[in-house]
Amino acid sequence: MSLLEVNNLLVEFRTPDGIVKAVDGVSFKVDRGETLAIVGESGSGKTVTNLAIMGLLPRKIANISGSAKLDTGAGPVDLLTIPRSELREIRGNDVAMIFQDPMSALHPYYTIGNQIIEAHQIHNQCSKEDSEKRAIELLELVGISDAHKRLNAFPHQFSGGMRQRVMIAMALVNNPKVLIADEPTTALDVTVQAQIMKLLADLQKELGMAMILITHDLGVVAGSADRINVMYAGKIVESANVFELFAKPQMPYTHGLLASIPRVDRPQLQRLETITGQPPSLISLPAGCAFAPRCARKSEVAGSACELTMPALVEISAGHSSRCHLVGLVNR
Amino acid sequence: MFGYLIRRTATSLAILFAVSFAVYAIFALLPFDPAALTCGKNCNNPAIIEANRIRLGYDVPFWQQYIVFLGGLFAGRNYGQGAAALHCPAPSLGYSFNQHECVTTLIGRALPVTASLAIGAMILWLIIGITLGVVAARFRGRSADTASTVFVLIGTSLPTFLTGLLLLVFVVIKWKIIPFPSGNYTPFFENPIEWAQILLLPWITLAFASAALYTRFVRNAVIETLSEDFIRTARAKGLSEKVILRKHTLRAALAPIATMAGLDFAALLGGAILTEKVFNLPGLGRLSLSAVVEYDLPIIVGTTLLSAAIVIAMNLIVDILYAFIDPRVRVAA
Repeated sequence: MSLLEVNNLLVEFRTPDGIVKAVDGVSFKVDRGETLAIVGESGSGKTVTNLAIMGLLPRKIANISGSAKLDTGAGPVDLLTIPRSELREIRGNDVAMIFQDPMSALHPYYTIGNQIIEAHQIHNQCSKEDSEKRAIELLELVGISDAHKRLNAFPHQFSGGMRQRVMIAMALVNNPKVLIADEPTTALDVTVQAQIMKLLADLQKELGMAMILITHDLGVVAGSADRINVMYAGKIVESANVFELFAKPQMPYTHGLLASIPRVDRPQLQRLETITGQPPSLISLPAGCAFAPRCARKSEVAGSACELTMPALVEISAGHSSRCHLVGLVNR
Repeated sequence: MFGYLIRRTATSLAILFAVSFAVYAIFALLPFDPAALTCGKNCNNPAIIEANRIRLGYDVPFWQQYIVFLGGLFAGRNYGQGAAALHCPAPSLGYSFNQHECVTTLIGRALPVTASLAIGAMILWLIIGITLGVVAARFRGRSADTASTVFVLIGTSLPTFLTGLLLLVFVVIKWKIIPFPSGNYTPFFENPIEWAQILLLPWITLAFASAALYTRFVRNAVIETLSEDFIRTARAKGLSEKVILRKHTLRAALAPIATMAGLDFAALLGGAILTEKVFNLPGLGRLSLSAVVEYDLPIIVGTTLLSAAIVIAMNLIVDILYAFIDPRVRVAA
């Protein structure tokens, strides 16, 4: 099996206004050493998908079904159904996560040394000194100089990019098999973004781990992902390897996303393309394709199929699937 | 940190100086003749009044009186001359002619009572408030949370004098568990058991209302902290809920509560008037109350200044404490 196999994941939140279908039947696989990017707008379900896999959603308000099987080396375990105590042993150990805003994700009252050593100590029976050595090793690995001294620094004494490096060091301290990076560069300056993405790519190669990269920025994805899942309104609407997706997007939404990336090789006076309208409310989703109300090409489909029936995720060519009634018509 | 401390202490002293002037000015400008008050209610002997006026230093202009008062704080003060002279050693806050004692002596006797009351009550309400608050937050929306809400409602809506009276009626008069408060006070070092017996009901009375308030406050602070990003990080690391609550949540949630407790404690040290009255405790609250009723201006000035000094000192202590809890404050300082 693949390292991580998510099958038919469904996440619903009970809210006073009704049931929010945040993730609706998402399936994907991640292999060892592979980078899977999950791309979509805010509210498309990309973060919730991964929080569900990590067991970080409050069970009181979230209904979760489906499966997320991780190959731990001792056979596959379903992260969604194993007991909490066993899940805790996997979290931070086999599967680690880094978050969007490194300032609020690090505890402001504890030194970074304390926090990294803590992460190592939970999963390893070793002395504090050994954990400290490991922490220094990791800080050096992520490019923090003077690591020995910096162990005693507090998060607020670091810049945004440095904090994200600390978060990465903390996530990698136990050599995880999968690293989930939830918008790791969104809160950072553009130049720092590039440094962090390069660091993540280098580390991934060096450590041979799989990475799930969650982002809304296709520019970030282009340089570092192997496969891309595009999500819209809780569903995967297109999935392909990175070259195929950029070259031959099938779903009009993907097309729109790609067209809205600013490019230096385009005439300067040309306006950026936009996708008109807003993503739908996840409480009252339209019966048909969730993207139909915003889709410029729905008229090309006979009848009102786009408004009436939800298209299935169909494999168009090897490893490239798309959820669109236009399948085969786009780009022709 | 050292420079910060010096700066803060200097500011505190300046504030205290301003407060002392304001208090002194207010009472000097009141339409009472302090000299006339010294000779009793039905006194109409101008000779005694004038003699007292000179003896107490009320014959000079207000600003001179204030300077003499400040001098007394540092050097002590004599009232009158010769064999009949009264001496109040430094720090002298004045002389009460109603009680025939130096104000400092009176405060020195009342402060330990109020301090015992305040410390005990605070320990009690912190233990109850933090425990119930954390439990309510941890089991949010369940029966433990609902029970704590009921406790909070009762605690915040019962006035202290009623809680005190109810305790007196049941625990002392009906069930006779504790003897009736005699109005005396036994210092801790003389007889700790008697000390605790005298203070137990006042502690409970004072702690009850505050514990309710703190329960609500701690509950909300813990719930808020549990939704912070760094708690999600702690969970993602694989920490158990117990460690997350104890190490990651409590320290962040309790930081603002340290501030609140420090200031509440300072306010209480100025005298818990209602509780001291109900339980007949000879503390600062009772001293101030009788001073107000009897227009005993030196005592009012003295206790007001003391309260101000305590509040300012506690503010300083709380700020230093906060710097120890939150490293971000340390660097900013």
